[in-house]
Amino acid sequence: MAKIVITPPGRFSLPKVADLWEAREVLYRFGARDVTLRYRQTALGVVWVILQPLLTALVFVLVFHKVAKLPTGGQPPMVFIFTGLLAWNLFSGIIPRAQGSLVSNRDLVSKVFFPRMLVPLAVVYSCIVDFLVSTVFLIVLLVVFGVNPGFAVLLAPLWTLMVILLASGIGLVTAALTVRYRDVNYFVPFMLQFLLYASPIAYSIASVPSKWRVVYDLNPLTWLLQEFQWSFVRQPLPPLWEIVASIVVPIAVFVWGAIIFEQMERGFADLI
Amino acid sequence: MLPQLTSNVSAVADDYSISISHVSKTYRILRQEDTDAYAAEALIKRLKGKKKYSEEFDALHDVSFDVGWGEVVGIIGRNGAGKSTLLKIINRITAPTTGRIELGGRVGSLLEVGTGFHPELTGRENVYLNGTLLGMRRKEIDQRFDAIVEFAGTERFLDTQVKRYSTGMYIRLAFAVAAHLDSEILVVDEVLAVGDSDFQTKCLRKMREVARDGRTVIVVSHQLQTVSDLCSSAIYLSAGHLILHGTVEEVLEEYKRSFARNAPLMKEAAHRPGTGEIRFDEVGVAADITKPGQDVEVEFTVGANPGFGSRFHLSCFINNEDGMVIAQCDSRVVDFWLDPSTDNQGRLKLRTPWLKPGAYTVDLFIYAGGRATDIWEQACHFQVLPVTPYPYPTTPDGTDHGVVYPDFDYSQS
Repeated sequence: MAKIVITPPGRFSLPKVADLWEAREVLYRFGARDVTLRYRQTALGVVWVILQPLLTALVFVLVFHKVAKLPTGGQPPMVFIFTGLLAWNLFSGIIPRAQGSLVSNRDLVSKVFFPRMLVPLAVVYSCIVDFLVSTVFLIVLLVVFGVNPGFAVLLAPLWTLMVILLASGIGLVTAALTVRYRDVNYFVPFMLQFLLYASPIAYSIASVPSKWRVVYDLNPLTWLLQEFQWSFVRQPLPPLWEIVASIVVPIAVFVWGAIIFEQMERGFADLI
Repeated sequence: MLPQLTSNVSAVADDYSISISHVSKTYRILRQEDTDAYAAEALIKRLKGKKKYSEEFDALHDVSFDVGWGEVVGIIGRNGAGKSTLLKIINRITAPTTGRIELGGRVGSLLEVGTGFHPELTGRENVYLNGTLLGMRRKEIDQRFDAIVEFAGTERFLDTQVKRYSTGMYIRLAFAVAAHLDSEILVVDEVLAVGDSDFQTKCLRKMREVARDGRTVIVVSHQLQTVSDLCSSAIYLSAGHLILHGTVEEVLEEYKRSFARNAPLMKEAAHRPGTGEIRFDEVGVAADITKPGQDVEVEFTVGANPGFGSRFHLSCFINNEDGMVIAQCDSRVVDFWLDPSTDNQGRLKLRTPWLKPGAYTVDLFIYAGGRATDIWEQACHFQVLPVTPYPYPTTPDGTDHGVVYPDFDYSQS
């Protein structure tokens, strides 16, 4: 007989992995719900998912390549920029959706018991679906432009996982903060916009002036973007420390996010 | 996986499905100016080392009780007595501040029927989503799917988005999912107020079945009738304290008595729940004794609070002897708002429904800025005389049914 004991929470509590595992189906159902809604509500559905990064890539090609004349590592700008956007869209898709998820599922959070962490984490599902659709399109672009990524492409899933962990970690913290503070809503889009310009998405890192280079080198997205570009468009690998950091930091950020979330979670039902 | 109900003396705690000992829940209420809505504000205050002042509010105070297997327990009490806080704690939606709760199994909740239903999803998709949220495994839902749909009577609309459902269908489907949850403990909050009477009967039967299986049901209801029909024992909460845990008869008796006892006390604003910024000075009915079909008029005066910025609105419940709310008159629906900068005096005139003979009580509420500033239950009462409002009286079986007398006509076309 499974006995449940409820006691007041301690001052510090770690996320209960067993509870999360127990409720994994909730994660799947939430994810399935988001995907269904996303593709059912808009008549254009899948078309939008391709069109959005495609149009963004076209604008970036125009601005960064044609006007600003920034180099794209000797590869066709369209392919190079689309690769960067693929990683960026995954990252920037997860954060705002995770951030708003608790507030938009207010009813659930205040009325049903399940590990609340699943709400922001479930948005990853629909972002992955978008990511996969875009990836298929990237493959088409690679073929059309005759770029052969070689075996490097096999490590792409690892970089993808790291982008997801990094974004989910930040998403967890911002989701928890949004329940309490309204201005997180303004801060997150601003932060993302800032990051968009501070990351080598539309130009190769080699073109960044050396005095600014240190700012770029401290940005985890720079590491991951270079790795994406290595996997898909034959760019050089970043230095070893960046590769190690690009695996350690996302994991650390995710764990940190989960712990912060857990600390703030107990107040949700009383606040929301 | 049900426990043996017989002789299990060694492990005392296992004899109970729910064992609650010394549970309290304290909310810290920050003053308006100390509630930081902005992270930037909170950060600045923290840097300045500014101290926050808060008031504490005990929603539950040292509550202890045990519930055995196969029991249906009714929890009664006025608004703000702590009923929903208790349910939330048992459901693990919110944590207790002190105390310990032992539950002998999974808790299934009907806290708010249809929570988690998404209007854009189909009936089938919602059954799976909602079932999962309530703690069912996919396999369990697969097994019970047909039973759920049959119970709800919505077979034909399974692949229709629930936004196209009628309210009745929606609630039936939502209840059906929860009712088929195989949890050892089922928590029900005021669901029986919805649905037609056939469906209500079905729900009551379902809950009795659950109890007969040796599982435990906890029911919170304002309808004393439901509690006495369904429950094997009852708990009376008042202002966060457990007043009495006993048989349904004892508890209902005590509950009714306490109302009579408390009525004079409630005239003192300080004894009433609500945040207190704006309160009633006086309320009363124009006529203590009235007849079916006559207007009921409730007069009120509300004290001023010039410093309070926003306008406020009122609400009023008319309750019958069973404690059932038969009419709600929220002033928002008729666009009636009051300005707190001066004293206000006014009246509520209730033209229909025609009330049946009996004793009625009136609850009055003031709401401002989304919060109840005054909750005055049983603020006044009146009697409706046993006369018929209809022009052609008949034998009692012609007017016995129904909660109120309707104003109606028949015509031939």
